[in-house]
Amino acid sequence: MTTLTAGRTSVTPFQPESAPDYLPAPILRNLQLSRLRNTVERACSRVPLYRSRMERNRFDPAGLRSLDDIAALPFTTKADLRDTYPFGLFASPMEDIVRLHASSGTTGKPIVVAYTRPDVDVWTSVMVRSFAMCGLHAGDIIQNAYGYGLFTGGLGAHYGAEGLGATVIPISGGNTDRQIMVMRDFGVTAVCCTPSYFLHLLDRAAELGVDLRHLPLRAGVFGAEPWTASMRKHIESLAGIQAFDIYGLSEVIGPGVAVECPHQDGLHIFEDHFYPEIVDPESGRVLAEGEEGELVLTTLSKQAMPMIRYRTRDITALMPECCPCGRSLRRMRRISRRSDDMLIVRGVNVFPSQVEAALLAVEGTLPHYQIILTCDHGLDQMEVQVEVTPEMFSDQIGVLERLNQRISDALEHVLGIRAAVTLVEPLTIQRSEGKARRVIDRRTVQP
Amino acid sequence: MKLHQLSVFSENKPGHVIAPCRLLAREGIDIRALALADTERFGILRMIVSDWRRAKDLLEQAGSIVKVTEVLAVEVPDRPGGLADVLEAFQGAAINIEYMYAFPFVRGEKAVLIFRFDQPDAAMARLQERGIQVLAGGALEE
Repeated sequence: MTTLTAGRTSVTPFQPESAPDYLPAPILRNLQLSRLRNTVERACSRVPLYRSRMERNRFDPAGLRSLDDIAALPFTTKADLRDTYPFGLFASPMEDIVRLHASSGTTGKPIVVAYTRPDVDVWTSVMVRSFAMCGLHAGDIIQNAYGYGLFTGGLGAHYGAEGLGATVIPISGGNTDRQIMVMRDFGVTAVCCTPSYFLHLLDRAAELGVDLRHLPLRAGVFGAEPWTASMRKHIESLAGIQAFDIYGLSEVIGPGVAVECPHQDGLHIFEDHFYPEIVDPESGRVLAEGEEGELVLTTLSKQAMPMIRYRTRDITALMPECCPCGRSLRRMRRISRRSDDMLIVRGVNVFPSQVEAALLAVEGTLPHYQIILTCDHGLDQMEVQVEVTPEMFSDQIGVLERLNQRISDALEHVLGIRAAVTLVEPLTIQRSEGKARRVIDRRTVQP
Repeated sequence: MKLHQLSVFSENKPGHVIAPCRLLAREGIDIRALALADTERFGILRMIVSDWRRAKDLLEQAGSIVKVTEVLAVEVPDRPGGLADVLEAFQGAAINIEYMYAFPFVRGEKAVLIFRFDQPDAAMARLQERGIQVLAGGALEE
């Protein structure tokens, strides 16, 4: 028996829970098909919305002969969850439901999701497998800075970390100075939170003179919002950690739908519980492996709230190649953008991630930025405010004006439209304690 | 002797220049010379102060972006052609003046100008060759 020393062992012990990661493909497909049949049967017999849609489409659950037949099922969208608020999509009686979560409703009512005891066990299991895939194990000290509460991130990561046998610090989000103190004093080896919050934490640590590279911290499990490869590089070099991307959404289960292995090339989807498809966001047509489109997920084992072909709005592609890590779970590319992040400015599609890419191309690092949209005499105006960093600042006006111009040119090159670039003083753009707010849309009339 | 000039980034908005000045005043730091370079959208506040290291720390703690640049303070005779004589020192030399500003500091019959050269060392050597007085840092920075 080897003694594990947190943060030092290079060999990750095998986690029995991870066995399904390596199921041979034909067995995995059979398992998916039988679970899909059960799920569709359950949804159809217990949830009026699913039943009426399947009847309208004349879809007979018994007619599911192969996984490809799933394409005949109707999609489910976020609007369906809102329309059936709060409990309309539940497929279990309340006495079987042990947990409710809800999304932060930015517009109107939140959406509510439910879990039976076995659902919570599945969730815990996929989170255990997620952490194990990131190389974490018993002996690790995990600082869980996802928000605890109605948001699924906090409790999802918490149960997973406990299930793994690691030590969990349920610090939740916010109070960055305390986060840094705990990270240093408790010898934390892994952290989970949103990537933008971790950037904020890095900024603050630098101000306090704490160098995270000198701490035992070796891994970060970041999710709940899209982030770029360059942001990862920035985080990894500044914090001296390996930064993993984890994916999930409340409607499907919460965090733990997919996660990166140490190869960090795409996220393995826990296909024994979630069936992925990529569709054309416009037409809904199923796309081939490798093609980029909207991720659609069907839950295969959830009882309280089965999701049939849920439109995630996240844009990605399934990767057909096998991963060198040996897992048979298919991978999806990292989510670079969401179809509803898309802004339409003067008729042109603009994604905040494109602005980020342009800034990185010019600066090499990512300054804090914000996109501000206004409407002037019926014409959209786009402004990108960029906080000046010590690296880009100069005592010469000409240098700053050329920098302004280079950013402006890079934006035009990437976006195809001109945007006004404004250099602003440090700390003038609001920092997030959770998800970054990159866009302020002050246009009263949407184009 | 070269002087340490502090440059502070400032948005071109009402009230944005006063904050760093107030901060330095409160801490008893004297601003010896000051120039504001501005564009429509932003400006750069350039300063020679009595204690540049402490001033830099204070400004950075207050969230400002500060850059330290070496500049030369040159005594120029306060008479017609005084400045032209100094500038002539650089004719034919591959030394550029990035910017310059005058100084509300008069010593006898002489005015003081602050020069930002692209090559401060070469510029200083050239001025000294010509017998043009370059002010010692101590005269201004203390």
